[in-house]
Amino acid sequence: MLSYLNYLNDTMPCLMAILRLIVCIVCILAFVGLNAAYLVWLERKLAGRIQRRIGPKEVGPFGLLQPLADGIKLMTKQLFLPDGIDRILYLLAPMLVMTTAFMCFVTIPFGEGLVARELDLGLLAIFAFASINVLGLLLGAWASRNKYSMISSARVVSQNVAYEIPMLLVVASLLMVTGTLNLHDIVAEQAGGFWNWNVLRLNASPLMPVAFLIFFVCTLAETNRTPFDLAEAESELVAGSFTEYGSMGFGLFFMGEYANMVVGSTLISILFLGGWNCPFGIFPGPHWLFLKLYALISTVMWIRWTFPRTTFYGLLNLSWKVLIPIALVNLLITGALVKVF
Amino acid sequence: MNAEYQLPEDECFVLNLGPQHPSTHGVARIKLTLDGEYICKAEPVLGYIHRMHEKMAENRTWPQFFPNTGRLDYLHALAYNQNYACLVERALAIEVPERAEYIRVITTELNRIASHMVWYGAFVLDLGGFTPLLYTFDDREQILDLLESVTGSRLTFSYFRFGGVPNDIDDDFIAGTKTFISRMRERIKMYHALITKNVILINRLKDIGFIPAEMCRKYGASGPVARGAGIDYDVRRNEPYSIYDRFEFEIPVYHEADSMARYMVRMDEILQSLRIIEQAIATLPAGPIMADKVPKLIRPPKGDYYHAVETARGRLGMRAVSDGSAIPWRLKLRTPCFSNMLIFGEACRGMLLADAVALFGSLDLVIPDVDK
Repeated sequence: MLSYLNYLNDTMPCLMAILRLIVCIVCILAFVGLNAAYLVWLERKLAGRIQRRIGPKEVGPFGLLQPLADGIKLMTKQLFLPDGIDRILYLLAPMLVMTTAFMCFVTIPFGEGLVARELDLGLLAIFAFASINVLGLLLGAWASRNKYSMISSARVVSQNVAYEIPMLLVVASLLMVTGTLNLHDIVAEQAGGFWNWNVLRLNASPLMPVAFLIFFVCTLAETNRTPFDLAEAESELVAGSFTEYGSMGFGLFFMGEYANMVVGSTLISILFLGGWNCPFGIFPGPHWLFLKLYALISTVMWIRWTFPRTTFYGLLNLSWKVLIPIALVNLLITGALVKVF
Repeated sequence: MNAEYQLPEDECFVLNLGPQHPSTHGVARIKLTLDGEYICKAEPVLGYIHRMHEKMAENRTWPQFFPNTGRLDYLHALAYNQNYACLVERALAIEVPERAEYIRVITTELNRIASHMVWYGAFVLDLGGFTPLLYTFDDREQILDLLESVTGSRLTFSYFRFGGVPNDIDDDFIAGTKTFISRMRERIKMYHALITKNVILINRLKDIGFIPAEMCRKYGASGPVARGAGIDYDVRRNEPYSIYDRFEFEIPVYHEADSMARYMVRMDEILQSLRIIEQAIATLPAGPIMADKVPKLIRPPKGDYYHAVETARGRLGMRAVSDGSAIPWRLKLRTPCFSNMLIFGEACRGMLLADAVALFGSLDLVIPDVDK
């Protein structure tokens, strides 16, 4: 089989490239779609356990068919267009959120060679797409001509601007240590045991665990998760950016949120937790990445069901007065150490 | 925070918070004039659930109005029952048996805790924490099970009668209440560890949402809102009714006047209510639960009567004017939530929307009690 593929690859490289592309697209779509659907199920189950309930259990065994039922419900509902909206932007926004979430996965490697398109500037591409995601929320909120959405859109933008700075500062200091933007190489550098992971590379920068924490907090803020879910803030802004959305328009925003959570958690695993490397240096493989990824996602959900929401100025204060100074100090120390050694 | 915040009208926009909004707890509507997220002006709009309780009272006999009292503040219905019963007993000069008074105090205080538990869950929900709601409702469920066994209902109680109570409490109820008291003390410790000490919660409540004593007096606010502002006033102690003067309990008073102070007043009140219940159960006398000489047809003599109690939300006053007939000539309700809600318009000026929602939650409003 493999030799036959190699033969095809040699004779018809163009066809094989297209074939590979199609397979990759289908895999990414399936992966993101399944994740978005089943992370909702996981979240509801976890929330149930945390709140001493059972969670969904009626549809299928352990409620496993619940996402399917939800999907059918969302898709069969009328796509309602409120009066006086900007129709194009209103319809475009949820797609923009979902598409950019998909795009992020293109450069993410899940294992040795398990990547749709390896880019030397892979990390940069992910951050670029993640920023467009914010634009989707902003446009959706702005186009739907609702005062709650408008307040939310202002929140989304200033929140993401505030949190991208410490995030990128931390990444900059990390890049000084790794010396590459290629995600595959970053993981390869962390091979071996857990003491080689970036989060514990104290000889490169003693502030590495702090950098990890900052990155984690920023990911929470970037993906609009509690305690930073100010864009959605249901007790203040009803449903925030997507107050006016129903049907699959809402569904896409919702799936986009979970897809972004997967992107964020994968990125943390790759940048700080050794990607697909085993903590003890044996049997590295994609399963380790998935283990780390879902452990992180569960932590994010655990945080959501434990903490109340911060206020908007509390969030900005945290970013500008705490995270950015620490990230700058971290950058300085790392830079100095890299120069010295 | 509450400084006058003025802007030209054309730079503001109007946001209708409610009547259908997740954090208005029913059908409250607040017309907010906002500058960005800062509140320039807030006008509470009332009347969405106005049911004419006062007018209803003028159209039915004295006992027939009893179920209505359970539907004003449905979360602390027994206090309303108690006030109406005490009012008519005062008019008829009926002496209530000892045991009935004790039962009234025990059930009313249990209901007060249940009411505070609903507030607690809903308040943290307003702040974005969902999980505590299900924990507090779990506690409330224990109380409702106890109360259901004696009163027969779980929410809109109509338990007391003129001259006593219809059902006696049994050993199961007493044993259950004792278990509940020890359980609740542990739970309060857990709530303090889990929620009160949470840094996000402290940042959201401390030094935010000032309602100073002066403002409380101006609007006639009472209950935990006034006690959080340092006004040491509780009807149970200042104008003792029923048998409250026999028990030892403290009135928690905080002087900070912020949302945290009101929060702490309610948390401490739960412990004090537990103390009252504990003492009442320990000294519960035997005897009849209904007075002997209650007339078949209730016709209070001609006159003007007033009675006030402390509900979970503040001072509830009922004034009845009787013309000697079987139907009240006039029944005036002074409900605590009405005054507590109107204070919101002034207190939230200049605040951010998110803080105003927290302030609104800290007032613990029951909208049917506002609209009557």
